[in-house]
Amino acid sequence: MIGALRPKHQRLVLLLIALGVLLAAGLLAAWALRSQASYFYVPSDIRADPPEPDRAVRLGGMVEKGSIKTEADGVTVAFVVGDGKERVPVRFAGIVPSLFVEGSGVVAEGKLRADGTFIADNLLAKHDENYVPRELQDMAQHQAKQVVAETQ
Amino acid sequence: MIAEFGLIALWLAAALAGLQLLAGALSLTSRGQVLGGIVRPVAVMQGVLCALAFGALIVLFLQTDLSVKLVATNSHSAKPFIYKLSGTWGNHEGSMLLWVTVMGLAGSFVALIERRLPEPTMLATLAGQAFVSLGFYAFLLASSNPFERLPVPPAEGQGLNPLLQDVGLAFHPPTLYLGYVGLSVAFSFAIGALVTRNVGPAFARAMRPWVLGAWIFLTLGISAGSYWAYYELGWGGWWFWDPVENASLMPWLAATALLHSASVLAARNALRAWTVMLGVVAFSMSMVGTFLVRSGILTSVHAFAVDPERGSFILALLVIYIGGALTLFAVRASTVTEGERFALTSREGALVFNNVMLSAILGVVLFGTLYPLMTEAFGQKVSVGPPYFNPMAALFAVPMMIVMAFGPLLRWRQDNFARIRGQLILPALISVGVAAGLFAAEAIGALPLIGLAVAAGLGVASLLPLRGRNLRRTPLPVWGMVLAHFGVAVTLFGMASESAFSVEKLVAARVGQTTEVGPWQVRFVEIQPVAGPNWTALEADMFASYRGGAEVEIRPQARSFWSPPQMTSESALVTRWNGQLYAVLGEETDDGRWQLRLWWKPFVTLIWYGSILIALGGLLALIGRVASDVRRVVARDKIADRRMEMAK
Repeated sequence: MIGALRPKHQRLVLLLIALGVLLAAGLLAAWALRSQASYFYVPSDIRADPPEPDRAVRLGGMVEKGSIKTEADGVTVAFVVGDGKERVPVRFAGIVPSLFVEGSGVVAEGKLRADGTFIADNLLAKHDENYVPRELQDMAQHQAKQVVAETQ
Repeated sequence: MIAEFGLIALWLAAALAGLQLLAGALSLTSRGQVLGGIVRPVAVMQGVLCALAFGALIVLFLQTDLSVKLVATNSHSAKPFIYKLSGTWGNHEGSMLLWVTVMGLAGSFVALIERRLPEPTMLATLAGQAFVSLGFYAFLLASSNPFERLPVPPAEGQGLNPLLQDVGLAFHPPTLYLGYVGLSVAFSFAIGALVTRNVGPAFARAMRPWVLGAWIFLTLGISAGSYWAYYELGWGGWWFWDPVENASLMPWLAATALLHSASVLAARNALRAWTVMLGVVAFSMSMVGTFLVRSGILTSVHAFAVDPERGSFILALLVIYIGGALTLFAVRASTVTEGERFALTSREGALVFNNVMLSAILGVVLFGTLYPLMTEAFGQKVSVGPPYFNPMAALFAVPMMIVMAFGPLLRWRQDNFARIRGQLILPALISVGVAAGLFAAEAIGALPLIGLAVAAGLGVASLLPLRGRNLRRTPLPVWGMVLAHFGVAVTLFGMASESAFSVEKLVAARVGQTTEVGPWQVRFVEIQPVAGPNWTALEADMFASYRGGAEVEIRPQARSFWSPPQMTSESALVTRWNGQLYAVLGEETDDGRWQLRLWWKPFVTLIWYGSILIALGGLLALIGRVASDVRRVVARDKIADRRMEMAK
C-alpha cells in the first residue's frame, strides 16, 4: 500500500507508476502503428513491391480514360488507376464521390488481392474546388513536370 | 465605415492587452504595485472592444458588404439569413476573431467577479490571459485581418462551402471555441498560481468552473460535430478518427483529466503539481488542435481552406506558450509542496487511475495523429485509421470504465474493497450476463462485445452513489457526477451496438422496387427534381415500414450547389426509439436504376443522447459549484455587515 510509505516516497511512487504506464502506452502505440498504419502507393510502387494481401493500404493515381465500368448489379464499379507507367485494376462497391470522373485523380483505400486487383472500401476524390487530397496534390505536380519534360 | 470601426476596435483591444500584460507583470514587483489597480478595468475594456469588433464583422456579413474581402470570398447575397450569420465565423479570419472575442469576454468576466484568490495571483492570472490573447491579436492583425477591403468590390460573393451550410455546423465551431477558450482561462489560472507560488485548493476552486464550462462546451461541440459528419457526409459513420476530429477529442481528454484532478485538489489538497501540469497540457492540446486544423498539415476529410503561412504562425504561438509554460513549470515545480497523502484504495487512488488512463489515451491519439507527419519526414506516406485507434483507445478506456464503476463509491483518503463489495455484485453479474448471452447468441466482434458488457454494468453501477441518500438533499455536483457517468454508459452502449448490429444494404433499385434492410422494408416510389435557394437536387421518394408497420416517407437527395459548384448527398433518417434507418441516394445507372445505400443502425442515437447526458451532468455540477460559491460570498458579506453594525 502506498499509504504505508513515507511522505517523500508517495509522490515518487505515483510519478513512477504514471510514467511507466505512459511509457508502456507509447511503446505499444509505436508497435501498433508499425503494423496498422496504411501506406500510400502509386501503381508503379504497388507493382514493384506489393503489400501483403490482408494489409490495408491506399492506392493513388489517375482514373484512366474509358476505364470506368459499372457491373450488372448497378453498384459495383471497376476502373483502372494509372500513373503513366503501371496500371492497377480497382473494384469498388458503393456510391462513388461526386468528383470521381475519368481522367482525374483518386485515392482508393482498401487491399490488394493476390491476383493483382485492388479491392477498395472507400474512394477519396477531389471533394470541393479548394480541397485536393494531399497525395494527389504532389502527384499532380509530379505529373505536370513529366508532361513538361516529354514535350520539350 | 463599419469595417474601419471594427479594425480600430481590434487594434485598441490589442493595445489594451499589451497594457494588461505589462501592468499585471510589473504589479508583481515591489516598485510596480501601484499599477495593479488598472489591470482589472483594462481587462474589462479589452473584452468590450473585442465584442465591438466582432459585432462589426457580423453586421458586415448580414449586409453582405462585398467591398470587404472576407465577405466577398465567403458569403453570397442569396444565402439564407442563418448562414450569413454563421458565415461570420465559418472562415479562418472570422473564427480567429471569435476566438479572441470569447477570450476577451472571459477575461472581463474573471476581472469583474473573481475575488477569492489573493490579489497578486489574480493579477498574474490576468497578465497570463493577456499574454495568450496578444499572440492571437498579432496573428489576426498581421496575417489574417478580417476587415481587409477590396479595391474593386465584386458583383457577387463566392458563397460558403455547401457542406458547411447546415444548422448543426453553424453552431459547432463556436461551441468548440468556447471550450478552447475556457481551457485558456484554466491555463492562465495555472500560470498565475505557479508564478505567485500559490497552488492550493483555492486555486483549484477558482479554476474549476472554467474547466467545467470548457468541458461542457467541448462535449457538446464534439458530439454535434460527430452527428454532423454522420448525417451530412452520407458515409454512415459517426467517427472517422480524422485528424480534425482528433484535434477536438484531445483537449476533451485532457480537460476530463483536469476536471477530476482539480476536484481532488479542491476537496483534499492533493495532486497539486499534477493539476497545474494538466492545466498546461489541456490548453496545449487546444492549440495543437487549432494548429492541425488550420495549417492543413495533415490530410483530412474536412475541407478547410488552409494556408501554410498561418500554420507556421500558430506553430510559433504554440511553441512560445507551451515552451514558456513548461519552462515555468520546470523552474517552479519544486516549490509546489506535496499535498495530503492517501491510500491506494481510496477515492483519490481511483481518480489518479482515471487520470493516468486518460493521459494514456491522449498519448495514443496524439501519437497516431502525428505519426503520418513523422513518417513523411522519412519519405513514407501513411495514414492511420480505426484499425489502430479503436483497439488502442479501448485498451485504456475499458479498465478506466471499470474503475469508474466503483471509484465514486470509495471514501476519500482510505477505504477497503470489502466495504463496497456487496454493492458491486449486481453490476458485475449484469456485465458477465450480457457478455455470456451475446457470446452465445450472436457472432459479434470482441470490442463491441466488451463495450456492451461494460456499458450494461457501468449503467447500473453509475447510479449506486445515490443509494441510501436523501435524494432531495443530495448536492447538485453529486447528481452531476451520477448523470455524467450514466451518460458515458449510454454513449458506450450506442457505440458498441452500432458497430455490433448495424445492417447495410447497397442496391441499384428501379422505381417501384422494395428493398429489405434488417427489419425494414423500403419502397422506392419515385424520383423527382427539387430546388432550394442556392441548389437543385434529385430527390427520391421512399416509404419505409418497420416490421410491416405503418409506412414513413423519407426523401434522400443528391444536391448540386452552384455557388461554389459542388455535389453533396443529403441522407434521410428515420429515428425510432431503438435505432435509425439511414438512406442515401446515389447516381443513376445506365439502365435507369438508382443506387441506394441503406443502413439499419440499432441504438445509434444513444451515442448522442449519452453525450447530452454527460454535458448535462457537467452543467448540474457547474450550477451546484457556482451556487455554493455565491452562498459563501453572501454569508461572508452578512458577517461583515454584522461586524460593522456591532462596531457602531
